[in-house]
Amino acid sequence: MQFPECTCKVGGHTGLTWSRTRRLRRHDDPNELHPPGAGRCRRLVATAALAACGGSEGDDAEATTLDPDADLSKQSITVSNWAGYMPDDIAERFKEKTGAGLTVTEHATNEEVMAKLTAGGDSGIDVAFVSGQYAQALNEAGMLAPIDPEFVPNVANLYPQATELAFDEGNKYSVPYTWGTTGICYRSDLVKPAPTSWNDILDPDPKYDGKITMLSTERWLALPAQKSLGYSVNTTDDADFAKMKDVLVEAKKHLLGYDDTTFYEKLVSGEAVMTEAWDGWCGYGMAENKDIKFMVPSEGSDLWSDTMVVLKSSQNKEAAFAFVNMMLDPEVHAWVTENVYYNVPNEKAEALVPEALKKQFPQLDVTPDQLAENEVLVDLGEDSTKYTKLTTDVTASS
Amino acid sequence: MTQSVPQRGSPRPRGHHLLQRAVFLGPGLLFTVVFVAVPVLLVLSYTVFDRGRFGGIEYEFTLDNFTRALEPTYRKVLVSSLQIAAAATGIALLLGYPVAYAIAKLPDRWRTVLLILVVVPFWTNFLIRTYAWIVLLNTQGVVNDALFGLGIIDDRLNLLYTRGAVVAGLVYVYLPLMILPIYASVARLDSELREASANLGANRFTTFAHVTLPLSLPGVVTGCIFVFVPSLGNFVVPELLGGGKTVMVGNLIRDQFLKARDWPFGATLALFMVVLLLALFALQSMVSRRYAVEGGR
Repeated sequence: MQFPECTCKVGGHTGLTWSRTRRLRRHDDPNELHPPGAGRCRRLVATAALAACGGSEGDDAEATTLDPDADLSKQSITVSNWAGYMPDDIAERFKEKTGAGLTVTEHATNEEVMAKLTAGGDSGIDVAFVSGQYAQALNEAGMLAPIDPEFVPNVANLYPQATELAFDEGNKYSVPYTWGTTGICYRSDLVKPAPTSWNDILDPDPKYDGKITMLSTERWLALPAQKSLGYSVNTTDDADFAKMKDVLVEAKKHLLGYDDTTFYEKLVSGEAVMTEAWDGWCGYGMAENKDIKFMVPSEGSDLWSDTMVVLKSSQNKEAAFAFVNMMLDPEVHAWVTENVYYNVPNEKAEALVPEALKKQFPQLDVTPDQLAENEVLVDLGEDSTKYTKLTTDVTASS
Repeated sequence: MTQSVPQRGSPRPRGHHLLQRAVFLGPGLLFTVVFVAVPVLLVLSYTVFDRGRFGGIEYEFTLDNFTRALEPTYRKVLVSSLQIAAAATGIALLLGYPVAYAIAKLPDRWRTVLLILVVVPFWTNFLIRTYAWIVLLNTQGVVNDALFGLGIIDDRLNLLYTRGAVVAGLVYVYLPLMILPIYASVARLDSELREASANLGANRFTTFAHVTLPLSLPGVVTGCIFVFVPSLGNFVVPELLGGGKTVMVGNLIRDQFLKARDWPFGATLALFMVVLLLALFALQSMVSRRYAVEGGR
């Protein structure tokens, strides 16, 4: 059954894949792509693949065995990504550009791909798309290959702010693919005056009672209370949790429900008038009703990022890095914004996004500085269970 | 065993019997052991270990999971789950018994048609049936539109995302599981027992209370367990119709495995469920044995 998984929240979006895919447009033209890199040396040498085959797994020596002259047409990689998060014809584009083969597998949630990667044995996955805090955890487990900028020259396209994300400063082992924040998605025709603060949903005007939803996934369920109380989004302090619980239990009484996946539909139908929302998902509502607006409360919010990571166990790292590099091509990267309505941390790609689209989806018209004002979510290791407990305490309260 | 069985030819040796049983039972038994017993034991063994950072298990012995499971928050979830499952079971019984009784009293042809009608909703996907309730109950939904349109209410009612909606959804989903076993035990009743009761002067109510009802109790208990058990473990209905505001044990367990990456704690909660369910099954088999004996057959 797809449903139970679909609500699992991942950085900035849930795994409910249809919501993302159903809005995909086909506009990608393979001719837009750069021609395949000319002058690549075609000789077959002892590639990293061979070295990795023979060598013991997971030593740093592998990183130095990257071969700039590797024949990519002899390589083939497997990429795990959320459905609809990159162009459908990505494998053809990759083949055309690099000659390497590409197989795409899909995961619905961060947890799902984490389970695959950490189950032991070779997952067979070369490149994975995971949210920043999960990349951090994978790196701490020693599972990621260091990003070699020589092989990923397109990292130069990233905004400087995107190279200083707290879960991986300097993009040592992860490359940000999308980023965004969380705010209030609301019906501007039904909520007057417009919300300005997290308190507008935590302690709402009585006329909005029962017409508000909050996100149900742990870190984001806590977020409005954290920011309203002036705490860090990464707090692990027990006293903070006690206060947050009080605020959230009180807030629950005014809620229609907790909803990660269909809140924008509730806004469209008018069941809800204000919802805690990820910026990209609010866009799905905006596409259906022009009165739906998105705002980031004055107390600030979180900054999440979905990233690309190359697994240390990959036997075709040259192709893996070539793939990461291709995703940072402005044309390819702009596809994400134009089709999934997420901001990408790519200066050259953002420049390609039509002004009309930014007008229609104002959350796309945000500067990297504005985004970077928000606080980056990081993995909390053992302390993450405190968020689970808080979530249960709040959702089970009556 | 002195009676001869001519049509079977020579008497079979006992070993042959065993072999035959092994052949018939073998595949099912093997399946049960490999895909039910082993995984269940594996999950239960997790209860005494620590959580791994990414899910999975850190093999360090601990009893923390049990102390945690007894914390007030989780006790509260368990109590509220039991209440919801009990309410769903009670309502399903009240709705299901008369239906099962009525069907059992009908001529054969009609029985078949009606039994099929009871089962037909099962052919539709569970999720779609549950979503239908959202369409019915939401504030802009069919029920509200009708009541509002008829002028019965001035303000739209919040029917959805309440415990009541969860109970309604569970009753709807599991009602056939109540009707079928009750039907089976009522249909099996010897009509002469009721005639005898009437001949001895009992009115219809007395006959029902003293003859039909006790004899159909095994079906009632089976039906109740068929509804209660999956209701208790259900996590889709509370999530969709409860709007995430109602947490049941099923949600809790699911979240431990899929969201919190805390397998050992999820396994511990699952163990509590398993123990509870075993107790229920013991009760059921006691009841059906007792009444099977009293009823003669």
